[in-house]
Amino acid sequence: MFKTRSRSNRPIGSLSLVACLISISFSGGYAKFDFDRDIRPILSDNCFQCHGPDAKHREGNLRLDTRNGLFADLDGYKVVAPGDLENSELFFRISQEDPQERMPPPEADRHLTEDEIELLKTWISEGAEWKQHWSMAPPKMPDQPEIDEHDWVKNPIDAFILKRLEKDGLEPSKPADPRILARRIHFDITGLPPNPEAIEDFLKTPVIESIQKLFNSQSYGEKMAIRWLDAARYADTSGYQNDGWREMWRWRDWVIEAYNANMPFDQFTIEQLAGDLLPTPTLEQMIATGFNRNHRGNAEGGIIPEEYQVEYVVDRVDTTFTIWQGVTMGCARCHNHKYDSISQKDYYQVFAMFNNIPENGRAWKEGNSEPWLKAPTRNQQDELAALIKRDLETRKIWEKAKANYQMEFADWESSASNLPENWTVTDGLVVHEYVNPDNIKEPIVVPNLNGSAYAHLGNFGYFDEFSFGVRLKVDQFKEGTVLSRMVPVPEGRGYNLHLTGKGTLQANFVQRWLDDSVKVEIKEPIPLGEWVHIWVNYGGTRRAKDIDIYLNGEWVPHKINYDFLNQNFSSDEPMRIGKGMADLDGTVDDVRFYDRMLTENEIRVVFEQSTLGSIVDLAANARSRSQKAKLDHFFISQSGPKYLRTAYGDWQNANRMLTKFDEVLPTVMVMRDEMPRITRVLERGIYDQPGEKVVPGVPASLPPLPEDYPANRLGLAKWLVSGQNPLTARVAINRLWRDLFGTGLVKTTEDFGVQGERPSHPQLLDWLAVEFMESGWDIQHMLRLMLTSNTYQQSSKLSPELLEKDPENRLLARGPRFRLPAEMIRDQALAASGLLHHEIGGPSVKTYQPDGLWADFASDKDYVLAEGKDLYRRSLYTYWKRTVPPPMMINFDAAGREACDEAIRRTNTPLQALNLMNDVTFVEAARVLAQRILSAEKDEESILQNVFSRVLSRPPNGDEIKVLLSSKNRYYEKYTKDPDAAQALISFGERPVDPAISTATLASWTMICSTLLNLDETVSKE
Amino acid sequence: MSGMVGGIGTMALSSLLGTVPTLPSKVKRIIYLFQSGGPSQMDLFDHKPSLYELRDTDLPDSIRHGQRFTGMTAAQDRFPVVPTLFNFARHGESQAWVSDLLPYTAKIVDDLCFIRTMKTEAINHDPAITFFQTGFQLAGRPSIGSWLSYGLGSENEDLPAFIALISGTGGQPLYDRLWGSGFLPTKYQGVKFRSTKDPVLYLSNPEGVDAQTRRKMIDDVAKLNEMRFKDFGDPEIQTRIAQYEMAYRMQFSVPELTNVDSEPEHVFDLYGEDSRKPGTYAYNCLLARRMSERGVRFVQLFHRGWDQHTKLPKDIRTQCMDTDQASSALITDLKQRGMLDDTLVIWGGEFGRTVYCQGQLTPEDYGRDHHPRCFTIWMAGGGVKPGFTYGTTDDFSYNIIDKPVYVHDLHATILHQLGIDHTQLTYKFQGRHYRLTDVHGNVVHGILT
Repeated sequence: MFKTRSRSNRPIGSLSLVACLISISFSGGYAKFDFDRDIRPILSDNCFQCHGPDAKHREGNLRLDTRNGLFADLDGYKVVAPGDLENSELFFRISQEDPQERMPPPEADRHLTEDEIELLKTWISEGAEWKQHWSMAPPKMPDQPEIDEHDWVKNPIDAFILKRLEKDGLEPSKPADPRILARRIHFDITGLPPNPEAIEDFLKTPVIESIQKLFNSQSYGEKMAIRWLDAARYADTSGYQNDGWREMWRWRDWVIEAYNANMPFDQFTIEQLAGDLLPTPTLEQMIATGFNRNHRGNAEGGIIPEEYQVEYVVDRVDTTFTIWQGVTMGCARCHNHKYDSISQKDYYQVFAMFNNIPENGRAWKEGNSEPWLKAPTRNQQDELAALIKRDLETRKIWEKAKANYQMEFADWESSASNLPENWTVTDGLVVHEYVNPDNIKEPIVVPNLNGSAYAHLGNFGYFDEFSFGVRLKVDQFKEGTVLSRMVPVPEGRGYNLHLTGKGTLQANFVQRWLDDSVKVEIKEPIPLGEWVHIWVNYGGTRRAKDIDIYLNGEWVPHKINYDFLNQNFSSDEPMRIGKGMADLDGTVDDVRFYDRMLTENEIRVVFEQSTLGSIVDLAANARSRSQKAKLDHFFISQSGPKYLRTAYGDWQNANRMLTKFDEVLPTVMVMRDEMPRITRVLERGIYDQPGEKVVPGVPASLPPLPEDYPANRLGLAKWLVSGQNPLTARVAINRLWRDLFGTGLVKTTEDFGVQGERPSHPQLLDWLAVEFMESGWDIQHMLRLMLTSNTYQQSSKLSPELLEKDPENRLLARGPRFRLPAEMIRDQALAASGLLHHEIGGPSVKTYQPDGLWADFASDKDYVLAEGKDLYRRSLYTYWKRTVPPPMMINFDAAGREACDEAIRRTNTPLQALNLMNDVTFVEAARVLAQRILSAEKDEESILQNVFSRVLSRPPNGDEIKVLLSSKNRYYEKYTKDPDAAQALISFGERPVDPAISTATLASWTMICSTLLNLDETVSKE
Repeated sequence: MSGMVGGIGTMALSSLLGTVPTLPSKVKRIIYLFQSGGPSQMDLFDHKPSLYELRDTDLPDSIRHGQRFTGMTAAQDRFPVVPTLFNFARHGESQAWVSDLLPYTAKIVDDLCFIRTMKTEAINHDPAITFFQTGFQLAGRPSIGSWLSYGLGSENEDLPAFIALISGTGGQPLYDRLWGSGFLPTKYQGVKFRSTKDPVLYLSNPEGVDAQTRRKMIDDVAKLNEMRFKDFGDPEIQTRIAQYEMAYRMQFSVPELTNVDSEPEHVFDLYGEDSRKPGTYAYNCLLARRMSERGVRFVQLFHRGWDQHTKLPKDIRTQCMDTDQASSALITDLKQRGMLDDTLVIWGGEFGRTVYCQGQLTPEDYGRDHHPRCFTIWMAGGGVKPGFTYGTTDDFSYNIIDKPVYVHDLHATILHQLGIDHTQLTYKFQGRHYRLTDVHGNVVHGILT
């Protein structure tokens, strides 16, 4: 079998050997082999590519990733014969000298090292023990290790850690200094530093009580939300090309609330993945499903929507499996997974669950793409309820008053006199032009047809509600434009009202004529040889469904010629009458624009030319519908008895307020399985290469979906948290561990597969996973266990010995010390200076960033800086534009939010130094910190004490005091000599300067505070 | 102790792996003149005289093969062929065809290697430019410059290894990810130099803080950090001390670099008047040379405005006026300084344009849609054949007849010239070894000397 293998495999880089060697040396403390730890990684990295789970590319019908495959009988040979090297073909092959015989073959570009060959040899000789890949076996509650030194062990975490330390001949470090511990715990629970009072409080209170207090603060939810937002690729824009805005902050706020309520992780999972599929979902449960809509959306003009619809589903599948399963599903999109047991079919079975929402692959450039829903905040819900109530009440009063309507109307009618001649609807009327009051016969020639006189007319955009209309008379059907505020086609940006050669009318609202517009056309031709009145209502939603056309005051049916307007149609063109795409052969009059839509009755009023007086003179049954409407409208809005007008007006007002309020409510994109699609395997993952049809399901190598679970997202979500799934709890708990300790027990947080790293403490991981499930998926319970452990509370001081033996601190013989994430660095500066404005949730805010950053890319109008308190909100509320993310966040390694990203990066660069020294955020914070303390303290040492306490949670030592006070004096001298420089420095930033403090004093202390904000200790969790 | 030596991208592959998988390198540095929007190959380089006869006839099905249109022209009722409005002539000893839109480029054709058969998969800007920059159409992977920064480190301790420069107004947007580091550590990301007071974000001190004050403050930060290091022993603290030093040095080296006042007059004559004005393409070309002189390994210019769906004849003239002289000057300048041999210069966009007209065809006017199936780029210096044209397209400049060059091939070739085997430069992320060239890419030996 081996001998007939073809040589078609492709090379891939071979650097993974390094990773492999590291993991071997890492586990050097163990004497005996562990197949899963020592052997499978070698086979996986070197052999699985051709002899692994991917059946399509499997060479020689040999697979080494399963037990059966590895010990298979090959006509008398065995692939691996336990204890028998001679008869083990695998060993024979890897030890051959001849390159043609030797495995891996030269073209595979893989090479086993001597050490690896030796390992495999010994493993086979010693009986070739085999084990399932660790993460696929369900976690079992392990026995706690026997430990000699009991007093260090506060809870089982410490026992597992200590056991391992003993094995390696290491000892735990001393407990951290209590102030340092206070700062560490505050950052880990709230993401903010403690203020001086909180430190003192912490020192007096048992740690477990302090922890609970912090859990109860709203800041906890904000802190926890940040990493979840990274993983869930949350952002405020859609990501491709022009990268327009979207509105997902209601989902973000849902996450904060869920954490603050300590929502159990199983519920947290089910509501986000399948809240819409729960029986009678609440608004909050619907909002939760926004999780799966946080992916990017492509609105670029030329795209093929089907291609991107597939990308969206792929993103959902990959994100869900990375976050909940630590499985790199993405590999199986195009082919069977090369390493883990996930087939391409498995992939599309999961894909099928995420493929049923009524979405368009071409997203909206601005705003949310369907499906979405209105998602009022809790306050808005109250307000909405009040407005609805008011609407109902006023309506009731009006209905009651209406009983007298006929009587009052008759009364009024009989005595009506001196009625105004030219009364019409004026509310919202912005343009009214009589082109030529005496019916002109010639084609319209309007003064300044191409000039500026009409430039101001009808300058509306695609989010504006407006309406317009004309009277028109034509004697033959010839193409001609009635009204136009449009760049000439082929661009065609703008809007027009256009008569076709067939006598129908089109209303076109266009960004680009062919593919970016909304165009409707009435079905029947207009009458010839008589004046007709045309009215167009544009709903401000950019959708054809909200456009209506009226002829002589009556709605007429229209067809939709195009319904995808994705960019604003406003243009600098002047309004043209009777000109545009073609000269109009006819007459036009009475051109009107309103900055709102008119109601049907109002349109009738606008249409009706007979005067009020002449209508009154007609017998009631001789009045036309529009004449009746005109009279009614005048009566009820202008001239009827006050109680009637008031009742009507109040109801109209209440109704309008309700509508207006409804329009400004935030929306959020959600999941809704309203468009079931047939899912097929896509060959090589390509959208237009459908293959075999699949039904929804979970990967075959994982436990099956229980029969009473539906085969949809809800079933999937329940299956993830059923307790039977071996991965969910491990992956989730590993993420929590990583956030506190800097590195997960499994370093590759996003990959628990065979190519991922094995856990440093497998039993501890399992213990935590089982404890997590048994606690009812209680996140705070798990954090409490970790935070109260002695492992966590160790000092993070590092001896040369520890640095040598365990540079990455995987064994945890010391506490965590690492650079704070980007958002905590900024939030700390704001908190320490007192600038921080603490307000939970709401739309994202645009905080300081260098001028012109967006405009540089021509991708958008430039950034408009927030005002006042909004400049100082916590960083999770900072507006995140995907293609130009906030530079400070990126400088400090924040995730890019383009796609799910679980990796934690902590670089240390000169750009960070420049950022902390020169960014207005930090310079202003330094100055405001200085002015805050200078107004409270007088003597220099106390000032310094206070600054240290706010920034570092500790007092300064003698050397620090010496260095800083001497510098302060030098700065003071300099700024006294150069008051302009001092004034310039302290004027940086929007927050006013405290005039009570002398300029030179404030400037020199600003430099000292800035020094503090730049320390390694400041930007680190110690 | 990563980054101790110098910061942005100084950790060479060697320190990661113990071995550098290098081949003999021809090239020390790259200057990539990216023409964003998709320049029209048949109006600039790919001369198709037979099209004059076919003006306003429908593109034959035998040429189009039913391939997909972009969503912008799919609804057009016909696809009339439109020949270029510009005259073509042969130039230099190599007798290369160049249209009269590019008189300066025409003068240096004997230094250029034209590839007429570039080919990409993407038909829209965002995926196409992302593909060129990262080897993948969807965002998330490291850019080519980041790979190089990761693989080779920096040659200059005071400047980043990878710098991006932007010019041109309007046109297609650009994105930070085009020079981003994807899943590589952010220290490998390209640093975008801006044409403002701060070429590098946050470079200058706030008003009221002079160099002396800054020096004093950095000294204090170092002293206090050093104390903390003594107590805590974390080597990251020492790295931070070093990075503050580098930041301080950059505050001098960057303005020195971007201030072109010291250049002699004849240099401005060569690059054109625009080269005095920060933010122009010409200025950026001059900067690119200055950066290369100082050891910046990868300089990438992005010039916008080539997306000529309509009014192509008018807009392409302006576009060429803005770029032709400076592109040509850069090659001449590098050559005069003896730098062209070990500098590889690349000129090209993310795709080409269609032979058929988009929108209205009139005697003076036409537009062209995106065309991914063949387009022209050129390279110069660094071990590519000078005065050479590679690949053949059909009479419509629609399909490739011979020698296609895929984006991955271009990437493989660039890495090869820098002495890197593209199959060996990998990074493990989410359980997979990623490469710039994914699982593809062949070095285009046919263009190499």
